[in-house]
This record gives sequence, structure tokens and C-alpha cells, in this order.
Amino acid sequence: MADKSGFDTLSLHAGQRPDPVTGARATPIYQSAAFVFPDTDFAAGLFNIERAGHVYSRLSNPTNAVLEERVAALEGGVGAIATASGQAAMHLAVATLCSAGDHVVASRSIYGGTHNLLAYTLPRFGITTTFVNPRDPAAFAAAIRPNTRLVFGETLGNPGLEVLNVPAVARVAHDAGLPLLIDSTFTTPYLMRPLDFGADLVLHSATKFLSGHGIVIGGVLVDGGTFDWEASGKFATLTEPYAGFHDLVFAEEFGPQAFITRARKEGLRDFGACMAPTTAFHILQGLETLSLRMDRHVANAHRIAEFLASHAAVQSVSHPDLESHPDHALAKELLPRGAGAVLSFDIKGGRNAGRVFIESLSIFSHLANIGDAKSLVIHPASTTHHRMDPKALQAAGIGEGLVRLSVGLEDVDDLIDDLGRALGRAQKAVA
Amino acid sequence: MSVRIEVDGRSVFIGTGSGHPAADASPVVFIHGAAHDHTIWVMPARYFARHGMRVVAPDLPGHGRTDGPALTSVEELADWMDRVLDAAGVRNAAIVGHSMGGLVAMSLAIRHPGRVKSLSLLGVSVPMTVTERLLTAARDDEPAANDMANGWSHSARGRLGGNPNPGFWILGGGSRLIARADRGVHHADLTACNAFKCDPSAIRVPTLVIVGEADQMTPARSGKAVAAAIAGSRVVSLAGCGHAMLFEQPNQVLDALIGSVAIKA
Repeated sequence: MADKSGFDTLSLHAGQRPDPVTGARATPIYQSAAFVFPDTDFAAGLFNIERAGHVYSRLSNPTNAVLEERVAALEGGVGAIATASGQAAMHLAVATLCSAGDHVVASRSIYGGTHNLLAYTLPRFGITTTFVNPRDPAAFAAAIRPNTRLVFGETLGNPGLEVLNVPAVARVAHDAGLPLLIDSTFTTPYLMRPLDFGADLVLHSATKFLSGHGIVIGGVLVDGGTFDWEASGKFATLTEPYAGFHDLVFAEEFGPQAFITRARKEGLRDFGACMAPTTAFHILQGLETLSLRMDRHVANAHRIAEFLASHAAVQSVSHPDLESHPDHALAKELLPRGAGAVLSFDIKGGRNAGRVFIESLSIFSHLANIGDAKSLVIHPASTTHHRMDPKALQAAGIGEGLVRLSVGLEDVDDLIDDLGRALGRAQKAVA
Repeated sequence: MSVRIEVDGRSVFIGTGSGHPAADASPVVFIHGAAHDHTIWVMPARYFARHGMRVVAPDLPGHGRTDGPALTSVEELADWMDRVLDAAGVRNAAIVGHSMGGLVAMSLAIRHPGRVKSLSLLGVSVPMTVTERLLTAARDDEPAANDMANGWSHSARGRLGGNPNPGFWILGGGSRLIARADRGVHHADLTACNAFKCDPSAIRVPTLVIVGEADQMTPARSGKAVAAAIAGSRVVSLAGCGHAMLFEQPNQVLDALIGSVAIKA
């Protein structure tokens, strides 16, 4: 065996061995709230982190542990925690590093749920955020304050699909003694491993491409083990005694795994946003075919982007793999296998054309999600952002006719037929 | 909480397993291996600390939080450990060492026998020959040396994970730990291991040797040969386990240590 296994081998095997009792090859679903202690001293040892094993499924679970190891392996990290959702992973990361009075610098082109958390909810708990242009690393630097504790961005912006210059933003963060957290949901470790480009922490909404089937809600938070919390001097949660765990100093005792250990021993323990083991099982089934699916997602997205770019009813198409995209060169550098399968386009005829287009589709499903094996569509101006007037939409970078597609794994010719028919009806409706 | 002491004018970091030992607590000393630091001992250190022992888990010179430079021979490290124990006020102790740390423990038992009440040797061989390829990489291309040493330290199965510590990807953790070592430390350590010679039969204290049956770095047969040379020693053999036994089979290692390191309740 080679010193390091390849991506597909890890996708199928990392973190799991055939069940030693039954011989089961697939990862069993350990649907158990708690786990029996062999004796009282072993039990005490589990609680005191002297022993390896499981206590209670909010803290850890054998099925979840396989998923956690597998995603950590695929990302090149040192450990991971499976969470109830991607939002829970984001919250766990922030809560592990930030306290009341602290500050976050974030890209302003991010998932709406994350924006809500940072802009509206966390300020109630004393944590504020400055949002900056994801295309401008200098803007990240300028927004950093003495109380900043985290820099955050997404590999691809939402909905603008801006490619984050992860190496440049990582340098900005590190120059200020701060870690960079990246939401890699759109791209998965198959298309980009942010840790390889200098990020320190990675999170996923595993609901999306990681699982690929759209049947569960889940998230994963990965620790790269690269950030020097002690040298930074800004992270008392990791470098000072923690009264909630008998004065344990995580950075001293757990070294590269300090962050992920604190996140489990505090954040998962106290906030409790754990993943159900059945969910972990479902995500693992998806992970087994991640590279195969992502190649097909990307290939289909490329064909559809080309089709839309040449269609008379389409004003513009945005996908970083198109030469017309402002971040095309950066995408080729950071995402050589392709910039994912989410694309957006502006349909001629504005809001009404967008509405008719979506209602005329038969294969694409109209819903608020991405990363399903099935193709998905949403028209932000009439759904997620319907309260915005044209001016507000423009400020958010969302045209009235903007349509977002998450391209699935169907036969691409069928998808193109579906899109072509719906575009035709939309144009008739607004003619 | 950890402690710091001064040895040879340098600040030395000592991990304690978060213990609060009584003044008369029996000491147990943990010595880490090449390009590692005290964090590899976190689980046994916390166990023995909770059971009332005084845990002394130093970072060797140039490693972890202890000032450098790294020392260049196992004998120097053993003499340094002798001075560490002096500075820490430890007369003698149960000594536990992994890999290079095991060699240091053996050398301490031979050169300073009064310091050692018992030995627990994890993943050792004498000699501990290091391939020219790894030595050259450690000198000229540290990331490549990291990949080699870290990869070979895990059993073939262990390289795919499935370790009992939930959520830890130990191959990644091992790599990051080695990467933290200052430039030159890995090469100095491997050179020291490669050059070390001793006669294990000179060891006269109760000794446990823990071997991993899938250890590529210090094969089980080599560890058993060390044990065979030490009168009255015991061997615990871990099926399917690689050199990174503290991560691949932490519970089994601790079980073995509990039987070797006397606990003063």
C-alpha cells in the first residue's frame, strides 16, 4: 500500500473497518443514544479523555465517527465533527472561537442562512460581523479589528459565484493572527481542498453535494490542524484553562487537534446540534461516489452553460468555468477539475419571464436547495428575495430575471430540452 | 496545567496530564519520539494523573514548547533527562518511552540506573536503523520525510483510519505534529536513532515492551528481541497495530501500561 491513499479509496474506506462482531462491510447504523461502560474506571476514563470510545450520541457516535474521519481525510484535516446541519457547523465554529465582544470578517456573498446568523442573530450575543467584497482581499484586511477572531468566506459566492481567492485571503488572515474558515459546500473536497490553499477550518452543508441525494440535513466541520492558536495569542478558549473541563488547556494537551477537541467537548456537548446516526449513514452512501458524481455534475453544468450562453432568451450566464466570468483565471487555478455545478443566468423579460420559465420546467425541480442528484432551479426575485424591490436586488447583485440552477446528473440532453422549452414559453409570455 | 522548569539555561515544558499530584505522589515519566512532543501522551498522561501519580511528560529540546536546539544523540538526551528529573525534583520514576523516546528510556536506565524504577518501551528496536532515503529526505526535503515517517508509522489498515477516537483522522494529526517541529529537528532525531547502540541486557529493572504486529518502523520481532535481552521483561503484542500505537490502539496501550506502571492510589 502507498503511504497515502487516493481520493476515491478514502471516499470508500476512510474511517471504517468491517464490523468486528458481525463482519458487516457497510457502515452499520448505531442507532443508540448511549453506550455501555465496561467498568466504572473505564467510564471515568472516557469522561476524562483517557480512553477512546463513546459515551452518548450527542457527543459522539460510531456511525458519525466514520463520516467525521472520512470527511477529515478527504479534506486533509486532522479531525471533524458531524453536525445537525451546515448552519450548526457554522455556529459551532464561531462559538468555539468567539465570545461576546468579538468580531468576524466575512465575505458578503454567502449563503443567506449564514448571512442571517452573522448579521442578525449573533449580534444579540455580542458577536458582530463586517461583510466585505469577496473579490477584494484588501477589503478583508481593512475590516480586521483588534477584536476580530475569524475570517470567513465561501469557495464560490452565493448567488454571484465569485471565486474566493483562498490563498490571498488566508495570507490576510494569518498576517493578522487569525484563522480562515471556508464554507466549501459548493465545491466539495473533490474540486477544491481549501486547507491545501491555506485555510485553517472547513465546513460543509453535507445536505448538498457531499451526500448528493437530497434526503438528509447535515453538516461537517473540519479542523486543518494548521493554525497556531498559542502564537496568535487571541484564542483564550484554546490556550487558557477551561473551567468547564477541569482547567484543561486544549492547545497544550491536544496540539494540532486542539480546536476540534474543544468544539466537541464544549460546543457539541453544550449546544447539542449533533447529527443523527441514520443521517451520517446516508451521507456516507453519497460520499462513496463523490468523485464520479462531481465529474458528471461539472460536465453537465458545462454543457448547460454553453447552451444558455448561446440562447437568444438569455441575457447573460454566470459560471466561473466560462471565459466571460470575471474570476475565470482564478477558477482555473483553484478549481482545475471544474467550478461546480451551480450556475446562474439572467433571462430576458425580468421577473415575469423568470416566473413563467420556472413554472414551465418539468425535469428541473423548483425548490430551495442545491447539490441534489436531481437538477434544481430557483428564481430568487420571486422566492428567496421576493421582498426586495429592484433597487435592493441590484445592490445584492441579483437581477430581476436571475435564475439559479443546480445541475444534476440526468441525461444532459434531456435537461437542455427542458430548459429550451421553458425559455421559449417565458419569451412568449413576455412578448 | 503544565509546568515549566529550567534546564541548562533553557526553558523546558512539562506536560502533567492536568494532574494535581500530592507531594509524595509516585512519578511517571513519558518520553516522546522523533519530531513529536508531549501531546502524544495525552490519554495515558491524563489517566495516571487522575490516579494520583505525578506525570512528567517533557517536550525534548527543540520539540514542542521546549527551547532548542535539538540534541544529536540518544545518550545526550538520556543525560538531559537525568538533569530534567533533577530540576523537577524527581529521584526515580516509572519511565515510559515511545520509539526514539524508548531508546532514551533505555539509555537512561543504563547510564543513570538509579533514576529508573521500571521501563515501558513502546515500538523500539536496537539498533533502530533508519533508511538512507528517510535520512536524506529529513535533511533535504522535510515534507517528504514527514510523508514517509508518518505513513510508515501507521499500519496499512491504520492508514485508512477507523481509529477508536471519534472524529480524529490520525494520519492527518500525525503529519501536522511532525510539521510543527522546527527545521532540522526531524533529521537530528532520526540521525540519533540511527547511530544509537546499546546492550539491552545491561538493563536491570522490570521492563515491559509493547510491540505492534503491523509495525513497519520497528518490527515486532525487533521489539521482542529487545525484550528477550532484558531479564524478566514482559511483552505485550498488539495485533494489527502499527508504530503509531498510541493513536491506533490507545486503549490497549493504556491497558498494558496500567499493568507496568505502578499506581500509588
